[in-house]
Amino acid sequence: MAMLFRDPFDALFQFQQALDQLRASDWLQTGPSGGGSYPPLNVFRKGDDIIIITEVPGVQKADLSIEAKGNTIRIAGSKSVGQDDEASVHRLERRGGQFDRALTLPIEIDAERIKAECRDGILALYLSRAERDKPRSIAIT
Amino acid sequence: MSQPLAVQEKKELVSKGEKTVPARYYVPSTDIYETEDALKLVMEVPGVDRKDVDIRLEDDVLRVEARIDTAKYEGMEPLYTEYNVGHFARAFTLPHRIDQQQIGAALSDGVLTLTLKKVQQAQPRRIEIG
Repeated sequence: MAMLFRDPFDALFQFQQALDQLRASDWLQTGPSGGGSYPPLNVFRKGDDIIIITEVPGVQKADLSIEAKGNTIRIAGSKSVGQDDEASVHRLERRGGQFDRALTLPIEIDAERIKAECRDGILALYLSRAERDKPRSIAIT
Repeated sequence: MSQPLAVQEKKELVSKGEKTVPARYYVPSTDIYETEDALKLVMEVPGVDRKDVDIRLEDDVLRVEARIDTAKYEGMEPLYTEYNVGHFARAFTLPHRIDQQQIGAALSDGVLTLTLKKVQQAQPRRIEIG
């Protein structure tokens, strides 16, 4: 996993395969707001941190609300796909509506240090693992 | 607008055309509107920067290719995934009444809006009897 991008021509393909392999991962366990809810999300690990990435094209920052309590993160908001009233429609593939999703992580996170970034229709949440949850190495005496 | 939003599974591009890289491409969800003077294409390309959008017009075919920046995922190990990532590509055949010199594009919040102006209709002409 560490050498995902060794070959730049193959990088994306390998990454896509890695993502596919984890489509059935039980890392988040099954819960009332598990897989299948909007927005779809990917969870990554980078060092000790957890990064949650979701695709929310057309959702503005002001329409998103993110809450954290304990190990649970809630992502709520609304997406509008409005059009001009006088326009006639040829094709409608985008969907709008409201969403509200909570996910409970299997690790302890530091709620004070959560960072959220929304750019180009991608919402990224950077979660730090709580200090008390980090593994400690034990010296053998 | 109060109905809950459902997840739309990303549609993979089937005919890859001239793509030679093994990576998968996706078809961006697109709305097409028509107003009195223009056609408007609204497509979802999350994660694409404006410099990575390539819009080409050949004959009457408008090709849009939008590439994501995979470098952003460098060093990240997936733990749990619900969608895959990839570049986007889609082609549209334009009607002849589009002014091919006047195509506008704007990108905001991962949504690419293309405005295709219609050609000026031939103005009705009054013919004087000489």
